[in-house]
Amino acid sequence: MAHIKIENLNKRYINRRKTRRDDDNPETKVGAEVVVLQDINLEFEDGEMVCILGSSGCGKSTMLRMLAGFDRPTSGRILIDGEQVKGPSSNYIYVFQHNGLLPWMTIWQNVELGVRHIKDEEERGDVIQEYIDMVELTGFEDHHIYQLSGGMRRRAELARALAVEPDMLIMDEPFTGLDFLTRMKMREEVVNMHEYIGKTIVMVTHDIDDALVMGDRIVLMAGTPAEVKVSQKILDVPHPRNLEKEPTLCNLREELYLKLGVSHVA
Amino acid sequence: MNRRYILPLVTFIIICLIWDVVVRANGWSVQVFPGPLVAINSVWELITNGTLFKHTVASLYRVTAGFYLAALIGIPLGMILGRIKVIKDAFNPLIQFLRPISPLAWIPLAVIWLGIGDPPAIFLIFMSCFFTLLVSTMIAVESISPIYFQVAANFGFSRYEVITKIVIPAVIPEIVTSLRLTVAIAWLVVVAAEMIAVQSGLGYLILDSRNALRMDYVMVGMITIGAIGLLLDYIMLRLARVDCAFWGSLK
Repeated sequence: MAHIKIENLNKRYINRRKTRRDDDNPETKVGAEVVVLQDINLEFEDGEMVCILGSSGCGKSTMLRMLAGFDRPTSGRILIDGEQVKGPSSNYIYVFQHNGLLPWMTIWQNVELGVRHIKDEEERGDVIQEYIDMVELTGFEDHHIYQLSGGMRRRAELARALAVEPDMLIMDEPFTGLDFLTRMKMREEVVNMHEYIGKTIVMVTHDIDDALVMGDRIVLMAGTPAEVKVSQKILDVPHPRNLEKEPTLCNLREELYLKLGVSHVA
Repeated sequence: MNRRYILPLVTFIIICLIWDVVVRANGWSVQVFPGPLVAINSVWELITNGTLFKHTVASLYRVTAGFYLAALIGIPLGMILGRIKVIKDAFNPLIQFLRPISPLAWIPLAVIWLGIGDPPAIFLIFMSCFFTLLVSTMIAVESISPIYFQVAANFGFSRYEVITKIVIPAVIPEIVTSLRLTVAIAWLVVVAAEMIAVQSGLGYLILDSRNALRMDYVMVGMITIGAIGLLLDYIMLRLARVDCAFWGSLK
């Protein structure tokens, strides 16, 4: 369980481009300060499935990285259950956009990374098996990463993250590069899993429909520097959701598209 | 027998035939350019009287000692340099300064410092492998994807676990490749090293036979060096297929 509060979060960095572009433009000038995030204030409740939307390069990933403790805010605070994030912790597991599984290990060994603290070998084995079964990778325990398809890799990484039993999962575009069907299935699986374990999940995506189908809360970030345009809780729409048949979702969808600068939605 | 074995064998036989024809047509004497039959005969002669075995073992001993020493020191040092930026900044220019100096340029100093016998030869082989292993390990460690270190931090790895679970397995494929390259270099250098300060080894056999004008023995030395070089490469190639290095070939 994790209650997340982001207060006046700012992130700036110094542009270290080696090749000069246009030195008159302060945005691209070498050594100039680039503001990525400005005055972000957000609050997520315990056990919420939060979907963060935004145009690419708007700083959503940077915010996730700070949430996971991989990066430090320039100013402002991130509080998880009232405590400030100081660095990476196994309470908050980050699921990487590209392969975060270790390619020199089997699926079993990768999942084992999350349960190293269990000393009893038999007990540890049971836990590993349980999570491998949960993501339906039974029979692939001794396979290496390169032997698995994209969807199976994502599921394996999910199993590894869940095995830690973290308070929160942080997912950076977990469905990128998956084919349409796998994507649909993964959506469902993540939603089911969320209902089952009830942990806070913060997910970045650029697919509005992903967010509408999955999220308990939808956050829209846009602009440079990025600001929070929408942070809306979706109430009373039970899963599985049908986008076309829910007027609230349809309206929200149109609003989100408009705010991202797309006016005609098919 | 499939094509992979037959084809090289056919090539080899054809080359030997051309060699024989050229030698016979020109009427060169055995002291200048022995033909293949003389060479093969001499190989047999040196095998049966034990000379070849003695020299081969001496050379292999030196290569093994120098090569292992370079690997045992060079690879861990390369890992340290690849992980700790300050140490790399301090030592990298020195390494790059020493690296292009041919191991053969160390011969005079090696002999003065270490006398004659095995030590200077082992030292030269060490010098020929050390920098290549050091630099390639360093580069391999530096190019490990930062994601793996973030995973390590996220899952609360200890320093020891970062080394054993991330750094070492991540660089094994690159290290196997550079071991394969350096063992060939070591085998090249041992011949030169044995021409200066020792009384045994294949390099010594070649030099001594030249002094005795036995070009057929010189050729025996060369043939043995080639054959063992081929064998070493085959062994290193097999090493690249072991389980923990195999994932690297699929990157």
